[in-house]
Amino acid sequence: MRPRMLDVASKDFDIELRLLLEALYLKYHYDFRGYAASSLKRRLAQAADHFDCATLSQLQDRVLHEPALFPALLDYLTVQVSELFRDPSYYRALREHVVPVLRTYPSLKVWIAGCSTGEEAWSLAILLREEGLLERTLIYATDINPSALQRAEAGVYAVERIAAFTQNHRLSGARTSLSDYYTAAYGGAVFDRSLKGHIVFSDHSLATDSVFAEVQLLSCRNVLIYFNRELQERALGLFAESLCHKGFLGLGARESLRFSSHEATFTPVVPEDRLYQKR
Amino acid sequence: MSRPRHPSAPPPATRVDAIVLGASAGGVEALSRLLPTLPRDFRPALLIVIHIPRGHPSLLVNVFTPHCALPVHEAGDKQPIEPGTVYFAPPDYHLLVDRDAHGPTLALSQDAPVHFSRPAIDVLFESAADVYGARLGGVLLTGANTDGALGLQAVHRAGGVTLVQKPDTARVATMPAAALAAGPVDFVLPLEQMPAVFRAWGDGGAI
Repeated sequence: MRPRMLDVASKDFDIELRLLLEALYLKYHYDFRGYAASSLKRRLAQAADHFDCATLSQLQDRVLHEPALFPALLDYLTVQVSELFRDPSYYRALREHVVPVLRTYPSLKVWIAGCSTGEEAWSLAILLREEGLLERTLIYATDINPSALQRAEAGVYAVERIAAFTQNHRLSGARTSLSDYYTAAYGGAVFDRSLKGHIVFSDHSLATDSVFAEVQLLSCRNVLIYFNRELQERALGLFAESLCHKGFLGLGARESLRFSSHEATFTPVVPEDRLYQKR
Repeated sequence: MSRPRHPSAPPPATRVDAIVLGASAGGVEALSRLLPTLPRDFRPALLIVIHIPRGHPSLLVNVFTPHCALPVHEAGDKQPIEPGTVYFAPPDYHLLVDRDAHGPTLALSQDAPVHFSRPAIDVLFESAADVYGARLGGVLLTGANTDGALGLQAVHRAGGVTLVQKPDTARVATMPAAALAAGPVDFVLPLEQMPAVFRAWGDGGAI
C-alpha cells in the first residue's frame, strides 16, 4: 500500500491543475477545463505517479515538450470501462419503447456520444439488426480519444469478457445468440464486419465541437458525470439540437436531467432507465 | 499542511460539516447500530461507502430509512449536499465530493475499482478531504480489506478529525487495523461510544 506522491488536497495542486489543463488546451486543443474536478484530480495524480512526476508542473513540462507522452496521458484522462449490453434493462427499454417508433422512419441516424472503446456501438448495432432496422441505419460513434476509437473500430474484445457480454445480451431481450456476431481468434472475440458497415467511428468533442447530424436516437451514457455543470449544459444543448422532433435520448444509470436547464426540453419515457424524448 | 497530533489527545473543537464513513464486511450491521442513534437535528451530512456487490440494486436506503430520524438517499451525480442527510454510494459507482458555486456537491464516477472495489472508501475520503478540509470527520468501521486507510490519512492531513472502530470490537478487524497502521488517528472507539463523538462534531463542542 504505497501512498501516492501527490496530495490532491494541497493548494498548489489546484493551481498546477489549472495550468496543466490550460497547457493541454493551448498545445493539443483538448479541453478538460470543464471536467468535474474531483475525479479529474484523482486521475491526474495517478498519471503523475505513472510518469514519475512529483508535481503536476513537472507533468505539464513533460507533456508540453514530449508530444509522444500526450496519448498516454489522454488514456488516463478519459479511461472508461464498458461492457456489451451494459445495464441490460436500458437495452430492453430501447426495444420496447424506442424501436417501435424507429420503425416508422425510412432511414435512421443514431449518435453514440463518448463511445470509448466501442462496446455500446456494437451492442446497438446488434440490437438494431435483431430488430430488423440495421440495414437502414447509420450509427455515429464518437469520442475524443483516438486510441479508444481505434480499439472501438477494431471491435476485438478479450475472450474472458464474453461470458458477461452474453449474459447482458440475454437479459436485454435478445432475439438471437451473441455468438452469431463474433468470431473467436487469437485470444480475442472479433465482432462481425457486416455490423461495422453501419457504424462510423469518428473524433468529436462535446467540449469544443458542434452538432454534425440530425439523429433519431442519441445515447450518451456515463459521460456527463465527468463534466461539471457548465459543460453538462453545453453537451445537453448539443443533444437537444441534434435530435429530431420526438427523438430519443438515453443517459447513464445515475445521470439525469435534474438540475439542468434542458430538463423542460425532454419528457421522461422510461425514467428508471434514463430514457427521454425530445418534446 | 499536517499538524502534529497525539493519538490520545483531545481533538480540536471545530464544527464538522460532513462525516465520511466507510465500512465493508459487517458494515450494514454496524451502521444499523449507529445511524438510528442520530437525532433529527443532527447537522453534518453523512456520506457513506459500504462495499456491496455490483449488479444488484442497493437496498441500503430501504433498510435504513424506517429506522433513521434523518433522511436517507442514494447519492446522485451533481446533487447538492444537504446538512443532516445520509447519502449512500450507489453500487458500481465511486462516490466523490465536488464543489460548485453553491457549495459541496456529490459526484459519481466509474473510474477503475480501487482495492477491487467500486465504490471505494479511499476515493470518497480523499475527495471529501479536498473540499471540506478541517470541517470533515472521517470514520472507518469493520471490514476485511485495506480500503480507507490512505483516505483516512488524507482526511487527517487536511486537518479533519478521524475515528476508527476499535479493532477488537469490530466484526472483522482487518480494515480498522490497516487504518491504525497507516498513521495517526484521533479516536479509536467501540461503536457504542461513537454517537456521542458524532454529536460533539456536529455541535462543535468539546467532548
